Amino acid sequence: MIAESGHYALVLAFGLALIQSTVPVLGARWREFSLMNVARSTAVAQLLFVAASFAALVTLHVSSDFSVVNVFENSHSMKPLIYKITGVWGNHEGSMLLWVSILALFGGLVAIFGNNLPISLRAHVLAVQAWIASAFYLFILTTSNPFLRIANPPIEGQDLNPVLQDIGLAVHPPMLYLGYVGFSISFSFAIAALIEGRIDAAWARWVRPWTLVAWIFLTLGIAMGSYWAYYELGWGGWWFWDPVENASLMPWLAGTALLHSLVVMEKRNALKVWTILLSILAFSLSLLGTFLVRSGVLTSVHAFANDPRRGVFILLILCIFIGGSLSLYAFRASSLKQGGLFAPISREGALVLNNLLLTTACATVFVGTLYPLALEVMTGEKISVGAPFFNLTFGPLFVPLLLALPFGPLLAWKRGDLLGAAQRLTAAGVAALIVMALVWAWTLGGSTFAPLAIGLALFVIAGAVIDTVERIGLFRLPLDIAIRRARGLPRSAWGTMFAHAGVGIALIGIVCETSWNSENIRSMRAGDVTSIAGYSLKLESLTSQQGPNYREMVAKFGVLIDGRVIATMTPSKRNFTTRGATTTEAALLSRGASQLYISLGDVGADGSIAVRIYHKPLVLLIWFGPVLMAFGGALSLSDRRLRVGAPKPAKSYRGLQAAE
Amino acid sequence: MVATTAHAVQPDEIMSDAAKETRARDLSRELRCMVCQNQSIDDSEAPLARDLRILVRERIAAGDSDAQVIDFLVARYGEFVLLKPRLNPHTWLLWFLTPLTLAVGGIALWMQGRRRARSDAEQDAALFSLTPDEEARINSLIAAEPASEK
Repeated sequence: MIAESGHYALVLAFGLALIQSTVPVLGARWREFSLMNVARSTAVAQLLFVAASFAALVTLHVSSDFSVVNVFENSHSMKPLIYKITGVWGNHEGSMLLWVSILALFGGLVAIFGNNLPISLRAHVLAVQAWIASAFYLFILTTSNPFLRIANPPIEGQDLNPVLQDIGLAVHPPMLYLGYVGFSISFSFAIAALIEGRIDAAWARWVRPWTLVAWIFLTLGIAMGSYWAYYELGWGGWWFWDPVENASLMPWLAGTALLHSLVVMEKRNALKVWTILLSILAFSLSLLGTFLVRSGVLTSVHAFANDPRRGVFILLILCIFIGGSLSLYAFRASSLKQGGLFAPISREGALVLNNLLLTTACATVFVGTLYPLALEVMTGEKISVGAPFFNLTFGPLFVPLLLALPFGPLLAWKRGDLLGAAQRLTAAGVAALIVMALVWAWTLGGSTFAPLAIGLALFVIAGAVIDTVERIGLFRLPLDIAIRRARGLPRSAWGTMFAHAGVGIALIGIVCETSWNSENIRSMRAGDVTSIAGYSLKLESLTSQQGPNYREMVAKFGVLIDGRVIATMTPSKRNFTTRGATTTEAALLSRGASQLYISLGDVGADGSIAVRIYHKPLVLLIWFGPVLMAFGGALSLSDRRLRVGAPKPAKSYRGLQAAE
Repeated sequence: MVATTAHAVQPDEIMSDAAKETRARDLSRELRCMVCQNQSIDDSEAPLARDLRILVRERIAAGDSDAQVIDFLVARYGEFVLLKPRLNPHTWLLWFLTPLTLAVGGIALWMQGRRRARSDAEQDAALFSLTPDEEARINSLIAAEPASEK
């Protein structure tokens, strides 16, 4: 019953989406307010029905109803409750349902909170959302229905892939989808603007909060995924240039560029072309990512096992939406009025440079990810494109980007003074050079790039701080005035500081971890002691125990400094009996921002176990940086200017005359 | 340069000569585990990856240079085994897209900036040059103004 209700709710949502796709557009054409307002009701109703459908699927998983194919293939009665819930989106059909749920959520939010949008714009935006939603409802209902039943229900399920039975899974996909799908709103706004033939600063003001929300979640989602891979995949790697990772990075790069273009559009009504194209690009890359993951076209650790029919369907959706939006742009580009002019050296100019570099980076990742596929299709030749390629092409792009980053906020709009900005950044430059020299001296004989990169990162962080210091006049004016100015500083300025500093911090983490990590790989028996980076590690015991749905071999390590035990670490290997799979649970010990990392290898014939011990200096900064970036984004989002919409005409009060 | 530090190397594979071991590790990072989904042999636990790691070390121990080790493996497994694609006409687009995009984008933006500046200047020139009719009209308007406001 529940499965059928869930299925029916989804069909109803599809019907509503079809209505929402057509009626508001007609209403906008005929200037019929009642028809345009249909969009609001259908968007909210769609949200309710999809939420009901999703709730139905969750209920089926939680109650272990194995008569439903999706539950049978991905669940087990002995699985802990939290993984029964999160397992809903650990497979293709369930995650597609999550995808459309979030799409409906964003549509519903625009319907509920978009009261200060002009009514025809809102109608068009919701209509475009509904076009996307209809396409995906159709996809789910025809090729990926999570509510299909099995004729003879089995007694037990096939269990969820053990690698996915982890708390990180609870968080990573929903966050990622909030990001990917959030860009659908920017896309809808861009298409709506093209349809209406009008795009201006007010439009940018409305789009920016939605794009910011999507960007914040995508940043956190990618960071979470990276951290999860780091501790779950057992080797301490945190970025593999895997096609699916790249598929999430590309929308992030386009989204970051889009965010910055929206700032320019809002302030100066310029960069219209960049903004529209980036909105289309960001969502198109999200769709492309969906295609790559689910079509089986690329080999990846992440890919869902798949059916070519699904791939073809998504490819069709991709072509229709990307082709359609670009055609619409070409058709309507002439109606975009020329925006504010600016000199090449100005804040707008710096942001154009930012856009250029980010878009090039995005193109690099794009070509690296899809080239092997394209080459194989065209010539039959099989090549691989991996980390070495991306390190040579993607990394260097960030050098000019990070060098220019501190200059951006210090340049004025329209016409900036580069020399003045450089003078204000002298302190940052000097600090960076000092740190570079110190690091180089301290690690003499090591990598030459590492001190340079650290210097660059410090330049970025110091530059971000200097911008704020300049604005509040910290060392120029008396302290109490500076504090007052700091309190009055708009939140988006604080947001900028934290977000930019976050980039620098992440870079420090990346450089430290890759350049100065230490490793110790050996076989150990109970009682053996080994050392790494000033720590002593003693393998105290190696035992076997039983978990809820697995058998576990646990190694207990004592961590000593100068003979004193400071902690215990317990890495383990888990064998999941149903699926016959083994996962390695690494043990992590955080010491400040650095970590000790122990992972178990194979058991030897003599009872010894292969152990891999790593010391990763400042590794946590790699993820702290993105958290800081997301925090900066959130600060920006809470800025009063973004919550106050376009000014409404003052209401007239009856009976009282204005005292003019 | 920058590399992930994920390693599947077993204790019994490590070479006694540290310099050779470093070479082996660096080479392993550039070689693909062909039965895995997008991992280098340095990262992968698969038996094939282990065999390849040992093979790399055997070749290094036998005195091959890095390039010779790579050629040896490519001869047996094809270019698919390399994670950094070789530069040949088939991969020009792959390797040159980044600098090309940067250059083309940069030039396009610069030219657009120039064009806009030039059209600005033309607009200004058009504003500041008056036809004789306009001159006469301005003069008569000025003449018609009351004396105190001139």
